[in-house]
Amino acid sequence: MPKHRMHLLVCGGTGCKSSDSDLLARDLRNELERQDLTGEVQVVMTGCFGFCEQGPILKVLPDNTFYVRVTPDDVQEIVAEHVIKGRPVKRLLYVDPETHKKVSDSKGMEFYKKQIRIVLRNCGFINPENIEEAIARDAYAALGKVLTEMTPQETIEVIKKSGLRGRGGGGFPTGLKWEITAKSVADQKYVVCNADEGDPGAFMDRSVLEGDPHTVIEAMAINGYCTGASKGLVYIRAEYPLAIQRLKHALNQAREYGLLGEDIMGTGFNFDIEIRYGAGAFVCGEETALIHSMEGHRGEPTFKPPFPSESGYLGKPTNVNNVETYANVPPIILKGAEWFSSIGTEKSKGTKVFALAGKVNNVGLVEVPMGTTLREVIFEVGGGIKGGKKFKAVQTGGPSGGCLTEKHLDLHIDYDNLLSAGSMMGSGGMIVMDEDDCMVSVARYYLEFTVEESCGKCSPCRIGNKRLFELLDKITKGNGTMEDLDRLRNLSEVIRDTSLCGLGQTAPNPVLSTLNNFYDEYVEHVTEHKCRASKCRDLMTYWILAENCVGCTACARVCPVGAISGERKEVHHIDKSICIKCGACMEKCKFNAIFVS
Amino acid sequence: MNKIKITVDNKVVEVNPGTTILKAAQTVGIKIPTLCYLHLEDLNIENKPGGCRMCVVEVAGRRNLAPACATECQDGMVVKTNTIRVLNARRTVMELILSDHPFDCLVCAKSGKCDLQKLAQDLGIREIEYQGEQSHYKEDRSPAIIREMDKCILCRRCEMMCNEIQTVGALSGINRGFQSVVATAFEQDLIKSPCTFCGQCVAVCPTGALTEVDHTSQVIRMLANPKKTVIVQTAPAVRAALGEEFGLEPGTLVTGKMVTALKQLGFDYVFDTDFAADLTIMEEGTELLERLTRFLDGDRSTPLPILTSCCPAWVNFFEEYFPEMSDIPSTARSPQQMFGAIAKTYFADKIGVSREDLVVVSIMPCLAKKYECQREEFKTDGNPDVDFAVSTRELAALIKQANISFNSLEDSDFDAPLGESTGAGVIFGTTGGVIEAAVRTAYELYTGKKLERISFDELRGMGGIRHATIDFDGLPINIGIAHGLGNARKLLESIKAGTCNFHAIEIMACPGGCIGGGGQPLHHGDSSIILARQKAIYQEDSMKPIRKSHDNPYIKKLYEEFLGHPLSEKSHHLLHTHYFDKSKSKILIRKEQE
Repeated sequence: MPKHRMHLLVCGGTGCKSSDSDLLARDLRNELERQDLTGEVQVVMTGCFGFCEQGPILKVLPDNTFYVRVTPDDVQEIVAEHVIKGRPVKRLLYVDPETHKKVSDSKGMEFYKKQIRIVLRNCGFINPENIEEAIARDAYAALGKVLTEMTPQETIEVIKKSGLRGRGGGGFPTGLKWEITAKSVADQKYVVCNADEGDPGAFMDRSVLEGDPHTVIEAMAINGYCTGASKGLVYIRAEYPLAIQRLKHALNQAREYGLLGEDIMGTGFNFDIEIRYGAGAFVCGEETALIHSMEGHRGEPTFKPPFPSESGYLGKPTNVNNVETYANVPPIILKGAEWFSSIGTEKSKGTKVFALAGKVNNVGLVEVPMGTTLREVIFEVGGGIKGGKKFKAVQTGGPSGGCLTEKHLDLHIDYDNLLSAGSMMGSGGMIVMDEDDCMVSVARYYLEFTVEESCGKCSPCRIGNKRLFELLDKITKGNGTMEDLDRLRNLSEVIRDTSLCGLGQTAPNPVLSTLNNFYDEYVEHVTEHKCRASKCRDLMTYWILAENCVGCTACARVCPVGAISGERKEVHHIDKSICIKCGACMEKCKFNAIFVS
Repeated sequence: MNKIKITVDNKVVEVNPGTTILKAAQTVGIKIPTLCYLHLEDLNIENKPGGCRMCVVEVAGRRNLAPACATECQDGMVVKTNTIRVLNARRTVMELILSDHPFDCLVCAKSGKCDLQKLAQDLGIREIEYQGEQSHYKEDRSPAIIREMDKCILCRRCEMMCNEIQTVGALSGINRGFQSVVATAFEQDLIKSPCTFCGQCVAVCPTGALTEVDHTSQVIRMLANPKKTVIVQTAPAVRAALGEEFGLEPGTLVTGKMVTALKQLGFDYVFDTDFAADLTIMEEGTELLERLTRFLDGDRSTPLPILTSCCPAWVNFFEEYFPEMSDIPSTARSPQQMFGAIAKTYFADKIGVSREDLVVVSIMPCLAKKYECQREEFKTDGNPDVDFAVSTRELAALIKQANISFNSLEDSDFDAPLGESTGAGVIFGTTGGVIEAAVRTAYELYTGKKLERISFDELRGMGGIRHATIDFDGLPINIGIAHGLGNARKLLESIKAGTCNFHAIEIMACPGGCIGGGGQPLHHGDSSIILARQKAIYQEDSMKPIRKSHDNPYIKKLYEEFLGHPLSEKSHHLLHTHYFDKSKSKILIRKEQE
């Protein structure tokens, strides 16, 4: 490997790629070649750095200079100033919003200070398409250790002692799951990686697979060794083309290097991995539905027990784990169970990756130890509420989770605390809401998703969630009654109590948590026909303030339904019965004459 | 096996491990309501999707409610089946199901025998709290089955029957979420699908989503028409089940009452399909012997085994899936069709009525018969041999409409000459019956000796695939029997693979044979009813004075006066048929080549 004096790490995560980070990398390479520096300076496309709000990210090694919002236009200056003359380009540095000072090293950023990157340890560091970089960062060392120094049972004990729990949302003790599968007797067993990641807005698994696919491959092989499975299957959603490409490439490289396939590392252990594709069904993230989908059947869940560990894919013992769960396994093997269990809370060990989104300043991918408070994540790592607005709620767990309020901000994040607060961990989605978010609308939004994704097998979810959505829709349109609020509650509780699988069982969570924590807003919608966040269109009225209107007719011309009338130079008027509340007139008016309430 | 103890509603129950809460509760008289769950124990047919959620119960220590049909008992489990929490959940789920169900009860074919209606009644539903959008699908009227999927509650019973038991594969769950429904591929009409019209889907549907095409109004019109002579034939399986529609115990033979009722309804002649069954034995038995002797004489190209061909759903099945083997089944028509052919020629001449003025109605336990009687090859100049096939259920409805008090009727006898039958004719109604009838005749025709033992117990039973070897005075004849099309498929695959060593195989599409047909009174999941019907069939056989088809004097007369001898040219013309290649894939390939 040629020794370069400087490395330019460009974020190749999907977010930054959509902002032309690959063009940035290409232009950097071209410029370096032009300057005859290719032998000294290497450009590396890495996985996600996590600081998506500030992307495209460019990190310079060895000085750790962290550039944000870099564009191809910045290439010449970066090469001329920083690469050649050693002078960092100050205007591309991150500015701390509190101190207004430039921060050059990411270690000094509030966004990164509280993060401990275990799952994402290689993302933003290595080139995921070069197995040797992964190996240089200890990829497959854990597999080697396990195959040569440990028995399957010893390895399972380590995982058990570490306290690792399923990161897909269920939180089931991973070591125990592996042990049950290991104990099942069959002529063939399977290990599965659940890379369906159906939660809208969640991209933890995607980032791991795009940025560090070898950690998943290695962990699956370790799992196969422990449980007695010679075949691994990755069920990945088809909507992740980059992750699929990186994974395929990684699998080929692993086989080439003798780290996958027959007689791995010459130990006689056989294990190989196949990829299976999802086809756009959130419900196929549920492990039994996932298995049925892989078998070619309708992606519908079945009741458990029997659990997949006893009878799963093709009726054989099958161990299904989430991508993030797998990514924790190699470090646990190499650094030990004690190390891992020293991080986190009593019942939830290790870290959790969150996709922090919504009304925060620092939107992106964060990995914090369990036990970090919501306040710390939102206001320190997240940098507080955007635009200085007031925090209202935080939704965790995606469509299966609940909305937590101000009074929960000091909650220490772990599986059990979130559950008792009326939400759940889920796969790690965390959406922050401010005063401009309508909680009834939020519940309706999540139900719309759930109704679309329900498989339809069981009556309460198929019909119940639809009725739940219809009730919420009715309320947001101003036609709700107080009886409807009682119906919402009873229906939600019955759906939760009787649905066949986790999708249906958790679908009412957004409704119940908003009903519990924001009951006043529901009542306002029903009795006062008011939406305090001004989000529910049907409850809003657009009107023209006569004093400010000069009769320029700009609004009337842009109105798509012809609801505005008025002569030139005369005060205009909006007909409420025609107005569809699109807001185009308000946007167009230069005289501040149009209001909505 | 060590038993385990659970408590259900404070009652202690001891059960074997693996028993579900539902079954455990049943043993102490607690009937937990179900809707999608179906277990025909004696036929080894189970549908357990755990989807309707009506059977949910409280289990101590479990966070949510558990489906009793799908949850296995654990030692020490404490179950409550009727707490307020459970009752509220059940009612709410029922209200949800009803909120997406047409309110057609007053005119629905299933009213009075609908599982959903009954459960809604039991739960005391008076108001639907949760109203909203309803699902709408196109109605599908095939020759035999009507699909009204607006009424589908996704119990998946029909899908299970069609795919797992019958292996026909015409139905499957499609779409997602609220739009999901059980339907054909691309929501085509049944007639375009591989559907065989066996009607097993109708037999298990808990609502009015799947029902039979009703021909009673056409029959009434014929009966009311003074120009028409309307004759009726009754299949063997009907007499063993019709009584159930009038509250009689399953397995009560009501042959005499049935004839009286038909006479009171106004049929001009009441005949018996069993007569035509005897006729079928004459033709098919002779065909079997002819093939057998050719084979034994050295002609190895003779197609063996011979397969029975009296079941129209079975005929549809092999035309669809095994058309390349169509030289193996017998060429004999079914008793229904043989009857119609003879009625509209031999009998029409006898009474001096023209073919056009003669109407033949059949009462069948079967829905595929509705499809069969309209097949083009069973018509002469557009006039069908059998005009209408009416199911047992429809006959009961006719009798009730006509205000006839069935249970207090006196017995009557069938009319002659097409009403006299032997015991061999009657056992056609059960699995194993056709081949036993054939053996009774074939034995005596082949050996020239008199049959000492008339009942062949080794051919009887409920096993899905059975076999026996019958000693034809030194010649061992291997008999295979299958009921349920999935079992038929297995036998056909073994023939294809060359691993089959049967000389003759009897196949019936419906589990149990015709007694379990798609047109029979609904069993609502109680397979003991089918067993009771089977017993009744063999009972009627044992009571008959004549028990072998070739001993039937009226059959003998028919050959003397009209047909000549079995497999004669006239017999071939009237009583035999040929088969068609219906395989859809071939049609698709042909289209591509065009």
